[in-house]
Amino acid sequence: MLAYIARRLLYALPILIGVNLVTFALFFVVNTPDDMARMQLGVKRVTPEAIEKWKVERGYDKPLLINAEAGGLASVTNTIFFEKSARMFVGDFGRAEDGRDIAREIGNRMLPSLAIALPTFILGLFVTITFALTLAFFRATAFDFWGVVLCVAMMSISGLFYIIGGQYLISKVWRLVPISGFGAGLEAWRFLILPVLIGVVSGIGSGTRWYRTIFLDEITKDYVRTARAKGLPEALILFRHVLRNGMTPILTQSIVAIPTLFMGALVMESFFGIPGLGSYTIDAINAQDFAVVRSMVFIGAVLYIVALLLTDISYTVADPRIRLQ
Amino acid sequence: MLKVENLRLGFTAGKKTLAAVDGISFSIEKGETFALLGESGCGKSATAQGIMRLLPAAGRILEGNVALEGEPLLSLSEADMRAYRGGRMAMIFQEPATSLNPVLTVGRQIGEVLERHLDLRGDAATERMVDLLRQVGIADPERRLTEYPFQLSGGMKQRVMIAIALAGEPELLIADEPTTALDVTVQDQILDLLAKIQVDRGMGMLLITHDLGVVARMAHRIGVMYAGELVEVASREEFFTQPRHPYTQALFEALPEISRRGLKLTTIPGQVPSLAAMPAGCRFADRCAHVMPVCREVSPPWREVADGHSVRCQWQGSAAEDDGTRHAVTELDIDPGKPFLQVSDLKVHFPIRKGFLQRTVGHVRAVDGVSLAISAGSTLALVGESGCGKTTVGKALLQLIQPTAGSVTLGGSELVGLKGRRLRDARRHMQMIFQDPFASLNPRLRVGEIIAEGMGALGVETDPEARAAAVSALLKQVGLPDDAGDRYPHEFSGGQRQRIAIARALAVQPELLICDEPTSALDVSVQAQILNLLKSLQAELGIAYLFITHNFAVVEYLAHDIAVMYLGRIVEQGRAEEVLRSPRHPYTQALLSAVPVPNLDARADIIRLPGETPSPANPPSGCHFHPRCPKATDVCRQGYPGVTEVSGTHVVRCHLVA
Amino acid sequence: MASATVLLAFILIGLLDSLHYRAQLESKPGQKAVYAVEVLSVLDALAAPLRSRNEKTYSAPFATRLYAKETIDVPGQGTVRDYPRLKHGGKHLGEREDEVAEDAAFTAFKAGVLAFIGWLGVFGAVVTVNRKKCPKLKLREATFAWDAVLLTLLLILVIAVPLFWLSGYYHVFGTDKVGQDVLYQILKSVRTGLIIGLVTTLVMLPMAVLLGIVAGYFRGWVDDVIQYIYTVLNSIPGVLLIAAAVLMMQVVIDTHPQWFSTAAERADLRLLALCFILGITSWTGLCRLLRGETLKLRELEYIQAAQAFGVSSWRIIVRHILPNLMHIVIIALVMDFSGLVLAEAVLSYVGIGVDPTMTSFGTMINNARMELGREPVVWWSLAAAFSAMFILVLAANLFADAVRDAFDPRAA
Ligand SMILES: Nc1ncnc2c1ncn2[C@@H]1O[C@H](COP(=O)(O)OP(=O)(O)OP(=O)(O)O)[C@@H](O)[C@H]1O
Ligand code: SF4
Ligand code: SF4
Ligand SMILES: [Mg+2]
Repeated sequence: MLAYIARRLLYALPILIGVNLVTFALFFVVNTPDDMARMQLGVKRVTPEAIEKWKVERGYDKPLLINAEAGGLASVTNTIFFEKSARMFVGDFGRAEDGRDIAREIGNRMLPSLAIALPTFILGLFVTITFALTLAFFRATAFDFWGVVLCVAMMSISGLFYIIGGQYLISKVWRLVPISGFGAGLEAWRFLILPVLIGVVSGIGSGTRWYRTIFLDEITKDYVRTARAKGLPEALILFRHVLRNGMTPILTQSIVAIPTLFMGALVMESFFGIPGLGSYTIDAINAQDFAVVRSMVFIGAVLYIVALLLTDISYTVADPRIRLQ
Repeated sequence: MLKVENLRLGFTAGKKTLAAVDGISFSIEKGETFALLGESGCGKSATAQGIMRLLPAAGRILEGNVALEGEPLLSLSEADMRAYRGGRMAMIFQEPATSLNPVLTVGRQIGEVLERHLDLRGDAATERMVDLLRQVGIADPERRLTEYPFQLSGGMKQRVMIAIALAGEPELLIADEPTTALDVTVQDQILDLLAKIQVDRGMGMLLITHDLGVVARMAHRIGVMYAGELVEVASREEFFTQPRHPYTQALFEALPEISRRGLKLTTIPGQVPSLAAMPAGCRFADRCAHVMPVCREVSPPWREVADGHSVRCQWQGSAAEDDGTRHAVTELDIDPGKPFLQVSDLKVHFPIRKGFLQRTVGHVRAVDGVSLAISAGSTLALVGESGCGKTTVGKALLQLIQPTAGSVTLGGSELVGLKGRRLRDARRHMQMIFQDPFASLNPRLRVGEIIAEGMGALGVETDPEARAAAVSALLKQVGLPDDAGDRYPHEFSGGQRQRIAIARALAVQPELLICDEPTSALDVSVQAQILNLLKSLQAELGIAYLFITHNFAVVEYLAHDIAVMYLGRIVEQGRAEEVLRSPRHPYTQALLSAVPVPNLDARADIIRLPGETPSPANPPSGCHFHPRCPKATDVCRQGYPGVTEVSGTHVVRCHLVA
Repeated sequence: MASATVLLAFILIGLLDSLHYRAQLESKPGQKAVYAVEVLSVLDALAAPLRSRNEKTYSAPFATRLYAKETIDVPGQGTVRDYPRLKHGGKHLGEREDEVAEDAAFTAFKAGVLAFIGWLGVFGAVVTVNRKKCPKLKLREATFAWDAVLLTLLLILVIAVPLFWLSGYYHVFGTDKVGQDVLYQILKSVRTGLIIGLVTTLVMLPMAVLLGIVAGYFRGWVDDVIQYIYTVLNSIPGVLLIAAAVLMMQVVIDTHPQWFSTAAERADLRLLALCFILGITSWTGLCRLLRGETLKLRELEYIQAAQAFGVSSWRIIVRHILPNLMHIVIIALVMDFSGLVLAEAVLSYVGIGVDPTMTSFGTMINNARMELGREPVVWWSLAAAFSAMFILVLAANLFADAVRDAFDPRAA
């Protein structure tokens, strides 16, 4: 099992390198730093001097890959690639347009982001699995049919609607929790509860339907027939037998869902004014802060890979075949 | 004890409900084994599931009574029924591999039953479980309780299934094809176990099977099912000495066996009628040799022909008279001196990757030094249990798998390492027929296109018109209607599909056909059709066969030469008579004795092999067979035995013979 | 199968919608030659009244007056602050402003009856055609679910015809901040959503199919390389990759203003580029799926039989593997479609979607969101955008379900 996890870890490294190369190509090869400077400074009235100054300030004046002028090791290190891309591996992301250190900023904003993402994910998994099991229990009845219809309807509603509607109804009309913002320490829960709730609700439709299909798939398997032949009650069969076997495909499914968590975080944080990574990214996009966006791409990939690793580890809990081999 | 009366079961499809089981009645006494025999789809499993009220979602119980010790089961509420399931009546299934929950320990799965029906928990339960596992012959039961199903071999899983069934102390055990998925030697162990348990506990047993051999070995009374109806019920003696229903008789006739070598097997023409289009009168009428006008009008009544022997047929005759349906098949005179395919020291090793960087840490020695020779126009049977490497040999011959070492020469030219054009030329001479007729035809191509594909690829016939003519000639040759070429594979039954596969292979006029278990997915009566076809093709075209199989009856009927494989190596090889009549290798002897024979004289001398085939990744040292060999000595543990020639054509690899 | 009946008809909406779009593309080149300034479409032409009759600012559905007080000159009374009369909405009523309800209901009824008559015509045609083919067959038992199609057609006609009829006299869904008719915007947004769904699909399809099958069939290093590529792309969260790519595209567009002669052209290019980016980020899922399936297929015996004949690899892929994967491809595509429409809204909201000047659900919602803060609330724009999107996505989802059920009997 340890070897399994170690192999997974090792496998992550080439992927991160790949991500790094992709971002590098996207940010420095597709457009030259000159283009970026021109864009930032306003296309029309820009002088070559201004561009040069802009580049020097940000260290974009170096050659891309090989610095022929600097000899020895510096010919590799004193380049945009090394300074801007390779150094991301050690957590050095450079500075944002407003001069702040990106790494520190990310560190500060990680907590609020996690405070939303984790509860949303766990609560969402719990709620959807419960609903899906209920539907599976009542399979082939009218309850099941209308449940699925409701799911399809719910998944056809734009996530923006849940946010706007929820915010309007709960915060503005009923005034139950503050509309937006974030508090320090334990006070934070009052700000968190609404985004988490909305995050969970907006995922119910597709999640329930997916997991229901997985459970129904499992129910047709032979071992379920064996369990029935033992005389076990249906609810016990669902909980003990079907749920445990369904966990593996469900975990696989949730890996696929992780990227949508990011998407949700992006929108959610900006709507609720939570100072997390998502709103940081949106601000950066609007301000066209290339350094920040680039760092966020890298950090996003790192987070994704960490999540992937966690899923791999949770496989070993759910499935003895992986644990014991 | 169990009484089934006029049970009717159906499956809903859309708005219609089709009766899959149509009014069957039988009863089982305490301590008795009642066997339900029939071909696939006749409703055996549905009957069993109906008795347990375990039908799949689409299934419906339409009518009838089922009573256990006088208590009607069909009117019980679902909750009350659960007290019976796993308690007073238990069931075991065909596929041990999928019937156990993969993520729960063995102990948990047995414990559930104890908790549910006997209210046993904790230490008392563990004690009982250890006891149960010991009863079903599992060594080291304490450790096994904490293991998961994937850590057990196929035979052990089925033992665990039996332990689960026994845990609730049932009065009735329903076994649905309990050994079909197992190897002969393991089947032997499981049948022994079932018989012993039944005697010890005095249980009633409903055994469902399609295998006459298993019936002969286990059953006290037999019910034969055809198309959802019971057609004959008889005691074991009556059944094997005087089968009365034409269908039962035909089943016996269709069996390939050694006494029928050189004869055409009797086949049952046509197919089982579909559920949607059941004939009004006797359901067997369209295929029956004794059909009379009255048969088509009324469903035949039950008629008692002897004490406890009833049959549902209008025909009053008794034994099948030999009406000349069996024609001798001309056998080619083979000149054994001229092998045209020669395989020497063929090896196929698959790497096992493990650890950090997926380093190769070992090899699965699927084929480990196999030498064979096939002469033109003859049949070499390659027999062995599952996983011994038979199929891999076949594929390596065709170069579908790259052999690791060794040589394959065809008519004097080496095949191993050939590429591109030259390989394609060589492939004209050899073709393959696969096991599963459902997976071997592309569902999205027409039959004509399927057959013509090989001709196109190998450039046999380039002119489209000539090709079309060739296709229809081939269809005729394998006995398919002319319009078959324009239809899609799903419109054909298993046997017909296998004919299509044969036509496809024949299209490039090969001299050697590699047949990989071509009949193991087919029913006995259809198997007979295919065997007849293969035999007559050999007589007409002089094709040689490499016949890969685990079915000794087929081997006895068809093969000229036999090679027996165990764990990637050939342990015994020789002329069919030599190997079958005087087997010298202990494995061959055990294998032959373990095959259940479909007649009354049960063999007293069954050689029981302990354990199961080990993994080819890690074969035992010395003679691979020594852990299971009843005659193993110290020498056997040390070195692999060399080749001993018993006669000019018969070779054995065993220290005992050397 | 009550669900299956509803589904079939929703396809119709989709079809209708895509017809708009196609007609528009065709007409584009011709018209552009004449009027280079403004690009029109058939839809524009059809909905000309909607497009041209702008009010000054917000007005509620069916309103005859603006939503904001203004200083107006009333002859004889001097200037007063009041809700001014709309220029177009309910103009025909003249002074009888309070009869809006009756008038609207009456017009709707008239149109409804007309629609029903039209539907009867279709119904009759279908019945006679069917009778000719097989005289005994009842409509309910036909293999093709005619009853469902007809029923939904009725529903669509009865709703849509009065809607458009009324839209000639009123602003059925109100107007937005700059006085544009919301109904018109919605029609335009449907087109944007469809383009995104379709073009993206077209972009990712060949890539996913080719790479997925090749990886699964040839295995070995080819498989490793392809797997590596899609794992890398997959591990960058989609939004971020899209954000980065869109940002970079923006740089290209902004630094090369000379490439575009009109603003609409620029918006179109941005839309296309967005489709490409979405395509590149979303092919990985399908690719992985196809690779897995190919791995299973290549072990099937009919593939091996073909190999035994020495049929070339490419031929095996085209003849044996591709046709047996097509159903998966179709299912995946239809399922992706609805996801893409939803994603567009979110992306546009975040500011990395379509050009802000382009009408789409995302931009509509984004504009309308600000209006929620007003007292009293301006709700119609938002509500209309969400419901239109809901119907479109719901139709796509139900269609996806129908397709899946048709190909995959297991998942019914
Ligand atoms: N879930 C199902 N839905 C519809 N029809 C079914 C279903 N299961 C079985 N049938 C039909 O019922 C009939 C009897 O099936 P059953 O499984 O009892 O046959 P069997 O005798 O056990 O065959 P086998 O030897 O292949 O196990 C067959 O015609 C089969 O097609
Ligand atoms: S009833 Fe007639 S058709 Fe049926 S088995 Fe007997 S003889 Fe044959
Ligand atoms: S060599 Fe020894 S162990 Fe092997 S088969 Fe012969 S007697 Fe048995
Ligand atoms: Mg069965």
